[in-house]
Amino acid sequence: MIETDIIIIGAGPVGLFTVFEAGLVKLKCHLIDSLPQPGGQLAEIYPKKPIYDIPGYPEVLAGDLIDNLMEQCAPFKPGFTLGESAATIDETDDDQFIVTTNKGTQHKAPVVMIAGGLGVFQPRKPPVERLEDFEDKGVEYIIRDPEFYQGKKVVVAGGGDSALDWSIYLVENNITTELSLVHRRSSFRGHLDSVQKVMDLADKGKINLITEAEVVGLKGNDTLESVHIKHNDGSEIWKDTDHFVPLFGLKPELGPIADWGLEIEKNAIKVDTTDYSTNRPGIYAIGDINEYQGKLKLILCGFHEGTIAVQSAFARIHPDKKNVLKYTTVNGVNGFE
Amino acid sequence: MADNMITVHIIDREGITHDLEAPTDMNMNIMEVCKAYELPVEGRCGGMAMCATCQCYLESETDLPEQSDAELDMLDEAFFVKPNSRLGCQIHISDEIDGIVLRLAPEGN
Repeated sequence: MIETDIIIIGAGPVGLFTVFEAGLVKLKCHLIDSLPQPGGQLAEIYPKKPIYDIPGYPEVLAGDLIDNLMEQCAPFKPGFTLGESAATIDETDDDQFIVTTNKGTQHKAPVVMIAGGLGVFQPRKPPVERLEDFEDKGVEYIIRDPEFYQGKKVVVAGGGDSALDWSIYLVENNITTELSLVHRRSSFRGHLDSVQKVMDLADKGKINLITEAEVVGLKGNDTLESVHIKHNDGSEIWKDTDHFVPLFGLKPELGPIADWGLEIEKNAIKVDTTDYSTNRPGIYAIGDINEYQGKLKLILCGFHEGTIAVQSAFARIHPDKKNVLKYTTVNGVNGFE
Repeated sequence: MADNMITVHIIDREGITHDLEAPTDMNMNIMEVCKAYELPVEGRCGGMAMCATCQCYLESETDLPEQSDAELDMLDEAFFVKPNSRLGCQIHISDEIDGIVLRLAPEGN
């Protein structure tokens, strides 16, 4: 069991800055994030996009902002549980919380701050008939272990880099017996060398390239047996396959947090703006995931919210201590040993 | 109507047409106008052409600027795409699009 003062769910910019603010009042933080790296959407979705409304930075790339925040909070030695998403929250008899991830990792702390942004990144599911009937029975949205497809017929759908790269990998390593790549258009917008490789493999008959077409339905008894492919010209085929792997990137969803007994409004968590606390004492929500009158989904507002919430968390953790605001210009930043 | 206002016609997912007045001097786009009028447009990425929750179909002869690579990249990966698909966040509110007719694409992107 990982024990800390504040469990922060979400390692985006707001979660990271909150580590710094908590550190100033000597509270230790541990962050949980479903993505494999810190930074949230800034690192995952738009690291090369410039941001213009961070105070003091006329322009900063999203990825650079995350690097700077990591450096800023480093003295306070945050812990990270990455690649796992917070699944359940339980309260103990001594007013602590236990947050357990989807992989079973447990974290214990007196305070939880949800800085989950737009939610947990989950695979985008295409509108295909009976798709959910065959999840884990031939339909996978993520390739975890390529060897899983050894000796199988596989249909991959999508036109981006992951669809291209996995198709190439499965074929070049002689894993699949048959690989079809289905894409809605005739051209691909992925990296040029990946596109060229797919075209070459298609010319050699190693990838069955089905373009200007979409998978629209699935068929099978207990497990997947064939996919229904519709061409843009209206013609249709059923193709026998063992697996269908749609690779259309990720999208954020509120996920299990929606079932934590928190007041939800507009797909976000309602908070009291005096300290950004939720309706459950000890649980706070900061950044894009919260909602209140006048809410603005801006990184800079999230920084403010985290800062205020930390003061309230301090009072909860140390009810007998008085906290006095100290300026970093006076005291500097005294990191943890 | 004031000089700086145009009308855009948005057909929602129930087929109802909403005639919306939109200002040309606020640097707005179609996604933002829809949200301002509380039409069911999510605009999850905030207007960076990085989700397709503001996808709509152009149903008028309005002459729109050529689509950017970012928009084409996103539409390439989006669902429910048709030849007249556009991302609402990439359509700037200007005098040139006065009277535009757009139909909201289904949810699920």
